[in-house]
Amino acid sequence: MSNTALNPKMISSGGSERRNTSTFGRRELLEILGPLALSIGVTLVLFLVTPLDGALGFFIVAFAMFLITFYVTVRKARGAKHGMDRVVSVGITLAALITATPLVLIVWTVFQKGLPGLTLNTFTKTLVGVDPGADPKTGGLLHALTGTLIQVGFATLVSVPFGVGTAVYLNEIKGPFTNIVRILVDAMSGIPSIVAGLFIYTVWVVGPGHGFSGFSASLALAILMLPTIARTTEEMLRLVDPGLRESSLALGSSQWRTVAMVVLPTARAGIVTAVILGIARVAGETAPLLMTAFGADKVVGPIAALHAPQSALPLFIFQQFAQDQRQRAWTGALVLILLVLVLFVIARVIGKDRTKRTR
Amino acid sequence: MPPTMTNLHATDTATGDTRSSVSPTQTPKPEDDALQAEGISCWFGKRKVLEGVSLDIERHSVMALIGPSGCGKSTFLRTLNRMHELVPGAGLAGSVYLDGVDIYGNTLTPSVIRRRIGMVFQKPNPFPAMSIGENVLAGLKLTGTKHANPSELIEWALTRASLWNEVKDRLHSPGGSLSGGQQQRLCIARSLAVKPDVLLMDEPCSALDPTSTRRVEETISEIATEITVVIVTHNMQQAQRVSDECAFFLAEENQPGHIVEFGPTAMMFSNPTDPRTNDYVNGRFG
Repeated sequence: MSNTALNPKMISSGGSERRNTSTFGRRELLEILGPLALSIGVTLVLFLVTPLDGALGFFIVAFAMFLITFYVTVRKARGAKHGMDRVVSVGITLAALITATPLVLIVWTVFQKGLPGLTLNTFTKTLVGVDPGADPKTGGLLHALTGTLIQVGFATLVSVPFGVGTAVYLNEIKGPFTNIVRILVDAMSGIPSIVAGLFIYTVWVVGPGHGFSGFSASLALAILMLPTIARTTEEMLRLVDPGLRESSLALGSSQWRTVAMVVLPTARAGIVTAVILGIARVAGETAPLLMTAFGADKVVGPIAALHAPQSALPLFIFQQFAQDQRQRAWTGALVLILLVLVLFVIARVIGKDRTKRTR
Repeated sequence: MPPTMTNLHATDTATGDTRSSVSPTQTPKPEDDALQAEGISCWFGKRKVLEGVSLDIERHSVMALIGPSGCGKSTFLRTLNRMHELVPGAGLAGSVYLDGVDIYGNTLTPSVIRRRIGMVFQKPNPFPAMSIGENVLAGLKLTGTKHANPSELIEWALTRASLWNEVKDRLHSPGGSLSGGQQQRLCIARSLAVKPDVLLMDEPCSALDPTSTRRVEETISEIATEITVVIVTHNMQQAQRVSDECAFFLAEENQPGHIVEFGPTAMMFSNPTDPRTNDYVNGRFG
């Protein structure tokens, strides 16, 4: 008898049931769904029998009614303190969702409007010899895509050395002008893009007479990229463990070698992120391009771009829109968004790879 | 278990005794001191943290700097290879002689001094962007020095730091993939690879588990046959186990730190002259 006293139930459950510590269960879900159904229903009736109308109005009335009925429900079930707590959590969650809504809507609209015009031609053909009124599927935006890539590429080549150099000055050398430089860089990030375009137009396009060109667009874009790259890189350098700098110096290294061989490689992923943020910042700039790149219908190569006008995706979108070619404009917008998306994915992949390496 | 412990302890003190009993047989000459600090005072901004510290450190021996937190022993250690001056607002008076040459004089540059007087820090910090092998060679790369046979140097340095057997098959994996204790031994290997005359260690085991601590201590005893070691430690047993000589630092209330007493480790622990030393080594304060 004493042998069978070994309780099989105890053994199977290991003596203790696994507890559910989640604070959101069936009951909590019902507490939300009940008031939600009630308020939507009541609002629906309200909008049918009264002159109230419009989607936005419906949303506001239903949402307000939901918050009130939800509060009353939870308060009744669990007391005033708990009621307030739940109402605030649900309210903040909704606020976060609402913030994300415009992005989702924009991407959705661009895909919806742009996809019908997206064909193989889009990436292989230009607008040379294409009649403005022709079927939007004839011709493509190869000239604009290559233009954007070349202009942004040049701008990156110009702004990365200066931007990273500025960051190194601000965080590593900490010279006597650190604060002034930081204030100037911050002020620079506030320059309206059209002013950067006008500036380059004056000092490069007409002043020395270089004329409209892809390269002059790069100069304007570089002005806009520089502060983003400099400040983001500075933040990334600040994250590098000061112990690494000390260790390097303690091995007999000079400051220059410490920066070049220890600090910058350690912050590599962060710097790549900074550069891509800078690129994303300017890839969609339109205003400065109007005064610098000017636009063209044919593909302009990187060498020719030094002196010849060139197209770019934002310019293409703007000009097609102005000529009432909405379909081409939407397709251009789609390609531009895809380009920025690809850049962000690249940044994510590089950033992730790095964190794995340092456990 | 207890007898083994006592045995170990006895052997350790015995080795310590042998070493300190060897040196008096040779006539002590100033050339026997690898490092001599003379009248070192330190400031951080206007606050004086160290006053008039003079200490002779014998060649190829282990000197332990002990004392309660905030007594200036780490600051003193950092004056020995000119790391102190890197702190903004740091000030310094006095001289440090490396083989008779003032390291604060005009003849040597800080980077030359730091190559000859290496340093291992409290927190293990291998360079994250480099592999294990590259970390060992970092000192050469950072000073722009070529080595005829890098792989031989890697093996030599990692063997001295008793890490070779654990990492010889993965020299190309990142330094950050090692455990904390292995990382610290990698940092020691990195410092040894530039072949310094002196190695300064600032609480090298305070972030390590007991097993790793033991390995690092064995490494210290081994390298001390060729290199002068100065170690800051909060662990009295460690000071007893690894050091030949000991210096006791103390900062009394609102006073800058100074050396209360220094001498052979065995003496400092068994029969110190100053009652404050006696209290400290027996754990009565600090």
